[in-house]
Amino acid sequence: MKGGSRVDAGRPPRGSQAKAGRPHAALALPAVLFFAFFAIAPMVLAFYLSFTKWNGLGDPEPVGFANWQKLLTDDRLAQSLTVTVLLTVVSWVFQTVISLLLGVWAAGRQKNRAILSAIFFVPFLLSSTAISLLFYALLDPNFGIIRGDTLGSTNGAFLAIVFVGGWQFIPFHTLIYQGGARQIPEVLYQAAAIDGAGRVRQFFSITLPQLRNTVATSSVLMVVGSLTYFETVLILTQGGPGTDTAILPYLMYEAGFKSYDFGYASAIASFLVVAATLLSLLMVKLSGFGAMRSTREGM
Amino acid sequence: MSHDTLPRPVKTPDVPAGRPTGRRRRHWTQRANPFAGVSTFIWLVVVIVPIYAMISASLTKQDEALGNNALKPPSDPTLDNYNTVLHNGFGHFLWNTIVVAAAVVAIVLVLCVPLSYVAVRTRNIWASSAFRMFLMGVAIPAQAVVVPLYLMIAKLNLYDSLLAIILPTAAFAMPVSVLILTGTLRDISEEMYEAMALDGASTTRMLFQLVIPMTKGGISTVVIYSALQAWNGFLFPLIFTQSDGPRVLTLGLFNYVSQFGVNIPALLASVVLSGIPIFAVYLVARRALVGGLMGVGGK
Repeated sequence: MKGGSRVDAGRPPRGSQAKAGRPHAALALPAVLFFAFFAIAPMVLAFYLSFTKWNGLGDPEPVGFANWQKLLTDDRLAQSLTVTVLLTVVSWVFQTVISLLLGVWAAGRQKNRAILSAIFFVPFLLSSTAISLLFYALLDPNFGIIRGDTLGSTNGAFLAIVFVGGWQFIPFHTLIYQGGARQIPEVLYQAAAIDGAGRVRQFFSITLPQLRNTVATSSVLMVVGSLTYFETVLILTQGGPGTDTAILPYLMYEAGFKSYDFGYASAIASFLVVAATLLSLLMVKLSGFGAMRSTREGM
Repeated sequence: MSHDTLPRPVKTPDVPAGRPTGRRRRHWTQRANPFAGVSTFIWLVVVIVPIYAMISASLTKQDEALGNNALKPPSDPTLDNYNTVLHNGFGHFLWNTIVVAAAVVAIVLVLCVPLSYVAVRTRNIWASSAFRMFLMGVAIPAQAVVVPLYLMIAKLNLYDSLLAIILPTAAFAMPVSVLILTGTLRDISEEMYEAMALDGASTTRMLFQLVIPMTKGGISTVVIYSALQAWNGFLFPLIFTQSDGPRVLTLGLFNYVSQFGVNIPALLASVVLSGIPIFAVYLVARRALVGGLMGVGGK
């Protein structure tokens, strides 16, 4: 955490001729093969399956572009894409604002802050399944805290998913911001205070710019992670009401494991891979996260 | 990135001269902040109320809970709901989850540590391509490959076994683990490798006597991260297992929804029980857990 290390970034020196401790690349082979088999190969296979018809039994039959044609003319895809993007964006705003403020606050060394931070962390100890079940119970119209059928309305269901995701992940991102904020050199604030900058001014002109890399890391994790809201959607809303909260992974799950149309499910999955890759490339570009070596070392 | 990835969040390593002895201008993190006070109180309520409602309802008799407000404390607290959960396979599901988590952690460490060693130290196209594959792997959503993986798992005769959960879960925990490990590995200085080389150490000996001891921080972060992935995993168990035998906790909880039906107190008791093991770890090893998770965020 401490001793941030822009200084270390150049190590080992480029062009260093040292041969010490350069293991043979074959040492990486087991990891590469394992990952290729269980992650890369299935991705390629998903693409292949998207050109077949397969109900889970027997062998997949080639059907050309039928699934893709169906996908691109499926009204549910456009809706699902909108919901997925909306969910990602709204969750990002909700989680970033709260965890940034909480994280900077928790970076303070006061005893009460340490105690409260310890309590704030508790939701993260439950699995997403457990948390989804908890709110499924608490939002039950006959039992819950909130009267009325929250999950029965489109906005209610959407906001419930955003809230539940935030409830679970804000503790984690708060922690990341806390770590980031603790690394900001105190001297910057002292200088600002001498210049008469108030707390708000200090936040916007020192804290926020200094946390740039932390914001990038946290955001990438949030955006990629927002796809894991699958179980929240499955448990809380089952994509409903109607198909109003059917995010892409849920749409794929329904097509594959409810309707046993694995070819079509694979087309959705391939679409998801393309979308996720484009999204992460975009974020790599925007955040400089690709320069992993230097960026991460600056955090 | 420092290799000391186990920060001591509550201690104050970088605030010297702790008590401001007559110093007028205290560090910004040490001054009271009324706005923060109010906001954090609101967040405290947001965190505490669902947890309170969950525990209170789990102690309520089923007939009293129906139509009752979840915030009302039980008039006649009972442990019956916990009894119901424990008699419905909870211990068995928990054991399966522990087995899965242990296996996932073992696979991830055995594969990722050597790979990260190569990725950081070896300068050739193979090493950098391997690293790039994992970097891109961060963006592959597990949801996107679940259909082809289902086909592969079936063909490998692994369907409905713990291995069907373990292998893909380990694969999908690898990209972030590699990022964490390469981050900490970069902090080992060139001089240390050179010193070992002078002693005539082989690259393998350097792995065991230099790399592993020096990346303990990163390794413990990876242990926590991958154990949590296994603990939280829902989609793979949902799709790759079916019977009670290999059922893990998350899926067990999910099945309680239909099994317990309107018995919401029992459902909430299962959620409470599922949180207890990690809560216990949190109480015993809060610093290691929190510090390790901060490490996932890039530090």
